[in-house]
Amino acid sequence: MAVDGGPELVQLLTPEGERVEHPNYALDPTPDQVRGWYRDLVLVRRFDTEATALQRQGELGLWASLLGQEATQIGSGRALAPGDFVFPTFREHGVGWCRDIDPLQVLGLFRGTTNGGWNPLEHNMALYTIVIGDQVPHAVGYAMGLTFDGASDACVVYFGDGATSQGDVNEGFIWGSVFNAPVVFFCTNNQWAISEPSERQTRIPLYRRAAGFGFPGIRVDGNDIFAVYAVTQAALAAAREGQGPTLIESFTYRMGAHTTSDDPTRYRSGAELEIWKHRDPIERVKSYLARNGHADSRWFAAVEAEGDELAERLRTGCRALEAPAATAMFDNIYATPHPRITEQREQLVDYLASFVTPAGSR
Amino acid sequence: MAVLTMSKALNLGLRRAMERDDRVLLMGQDIGRLGGVFRVTDSLQKDFGDSRVIDTPLAESSILGAAIGLAMRGFRPVCEIQFDGFVFPAFDQITAQLAKHRARSSGATPMPIVVRIPYGGGIGAVEHHSESPEAYFAHTPGLRVVTPGDPASAFVMIQQAIASADPVIFLEPKRRYWDKAEVADSSELASSPELFSAQVVRVGTDLTLATYGPMVRTCLQAADAAAAEGKSLEVIDLRSVSPLDIETLATSVERTGRLVVVHEAQVSFGVGAEIAARITQQCFYHLLAPVLRVGGYDVPYPPSRIESHYLPDLDRVLDSVDSSLAY
Ligand SMILES: Cc1ncc(C[n+]2csc(CCOP(=O)(O)OP(=O)(O)O)c2C)c(N)n1
Ligand SMILES: [Mg+2]
Repeated sequence: MAVDGGPELVQLLTPEGERVEHPNYALDPTPDQVRGWYRDLVLVRRFDTEATALQRQGELGLWASLLGQEATQIGSGRALAPGDFVFPTFREHGVGWCRDIDPLQVLGLFRGTTNGGWNPLEHNMALYTIVIGDQVPHAVGYAMGLTFDGASDACVVYFGDGATSQGDVNEGFIWGSVFNAPVVFFCTNNQWAISEPSERQTRIPLYRRAAGFGFPGIRVDGNDIFAVYAVTQAALAAAREGQGPTLIESFTYRMGAHTTSDDPTRYRSGAELEIWKHRDPIERVKSYLARNGHADSRWFAAVEAEGDELAERLRTGCRALEAPAATAMFDNIYATPHPRITEQREQLVDYLASFVTPAGSR
Repeated sequence: MAVLTMSKALNLGLRRAMERDDRVLLMGQDIGRLGGVFRVTDSLQKDFGDSRVIDTPLAESSILGAAIGLAMRGFRPVCEIQFDGFVFPAFDQITAQLAKHRARSSGATPMPIVVRIPYGGGIGAVEHHSESPEAYFAHTPGLRVVTPGDPASAFVMIQQAIASADPVIFLEPKRRYWDKAEVADSSELASSPELFSAQVVRVGTDLTLATYGPMVRTCLQAADAAAAEGKSLEVIDLRSVSPLDIETLATSVERTGRLVVVHEAQVSFGVGAEIAARITQQCFYHLLAPVLRVGGYDVPYPPSRIESHYLPDLDRVLDSVDSSLAY
């Protein structure tokens, strides 16, 4: 049972909300900045809770919850500079939040109204990738392109502990390394890949794999937004300065089921969950803000109220996400007309028109 | 006799195969404690141990690669790929290695490997969870490709596939996992239909519907609806996509004179195209209409809210039946 991050774990804010220093990561955020983080954390958790509820009500086909991983996502997401580019898995709803992707755009994929959801170039964030690990080489190629263009931006690619076993992920490490690409390999180690514990993927702590590929690896407390922010910022800075990749292992826990289709009681113990409950990523920021007099109960209540508004907007907005027209399946497959597509689109239009009553009511 | 879902029938079939031969191993993601995301391997790790029911690292290419090595040691690996869309990382091992192994070693290293893949759409899933990749595998010499259409066939076919000396791509129609039917739990496989044979699942005289996997039930329903309008449709469950049981098909088409092939996969360059070519050649003088195909459009699998327009359904099958009869 992997619950202890070990002595190498970078931590700047304890679960009790106390600041601790780390020799390599000096960080002195303004109260405003920390309040901003807290707001982000609360709102993405609310977004997540609401999406789970919408799935239960049949409004979404599936939902992959980020519960427990809020600090991992907001900490790294807020460390990005505007020009940086992100390659996510399918669980990076909080990172999308930081890239100004409206939660409703994220819900479309899970509702089944789109296979995409946003314009990657508008948000500097690629679309979600469902096939585990496929996005890692994409990020390396993008980063190589940044170098070829002489750009001063960097790129972050997210993947899970399970994904570290995939060939494409390891090949991506090699490419990133030999081309010295400005890419941050961000591994969210939430301890589980569906029912398989991280020990099924690795015999050594994941961050140590970096050494074999020839770049630094860091293990950070993934429930500590201060530490995740600092570590990601440093890795991005190193990438921009031409030092190549860094592997960040964000040590956290998947508090919920893998997705709404999953039943974790079949394979993991509640004891582990109890331990991680005490490390909640939001509670510790709240304690920090309160203890230092940076926020009072009125302010916290205002954030909650904002959460309620968001939830309400998601409930109505999600139900309003309409299925596209049937013929949308023929759109954008090719840049220029393709005879088979043209012909089949016409067939479908004629076929649908042949029903006196709407299709399917025969 | 017991009434079982297809998922449970496969589970029981795997159990019988493991009891019969202790060289049979199961490998895949989440197949142990979880019992697989569709519960097909439920309880098997508990009963056979974790060296016979192996939760693998998240790496499909190595599930197949390692299975090849195990087969060289005389094991009979049954690999589970969690969803159709995730077989492609293993595509190289399957097509470049597994399929060619026997021929390259002049038969010295047979590859009795089964690759189980839940496939097809209709369950409202997100992308990469609804693909029908059978044509890729059927196009690859050295592989056999089968797919059951009902629980009773599933129970027998999985055991026959495991007993096969050749690699078998075993496609499980995931939207039919919860269909129930009577299954005879007899260990007597010898009296069951041969694995690579098609079965006439409904006798008819006016037209032949050839189909497999998830579309078997759809075609049977279409035949019912057509019967109400006075049309008699014969339904053939191909069960094996490679090899194709062309004789059973041809015998039927020689009687009915008309053939409509139905599958979920995109029609172009698909199984229906192969059947149309073979039947046209073999039954040319018996055909009263060209062989028609009903399948998915030539587009990436669409978002689930419009998948019902992509998937062949009763209406689209009957529409083609009418076209064929009108020739
Ligand atoms: C290539 C591939 N194989 C299998 C799956 C099915 N699957 C979806 S998520 C998952 C586990 C992923 O674990 P991890 O990388 O740790 O990410 P997490 O789900 O914990 O965020 C699996 C096996 C997939 N999506 N892609
Ligand atoms: Mg994980």
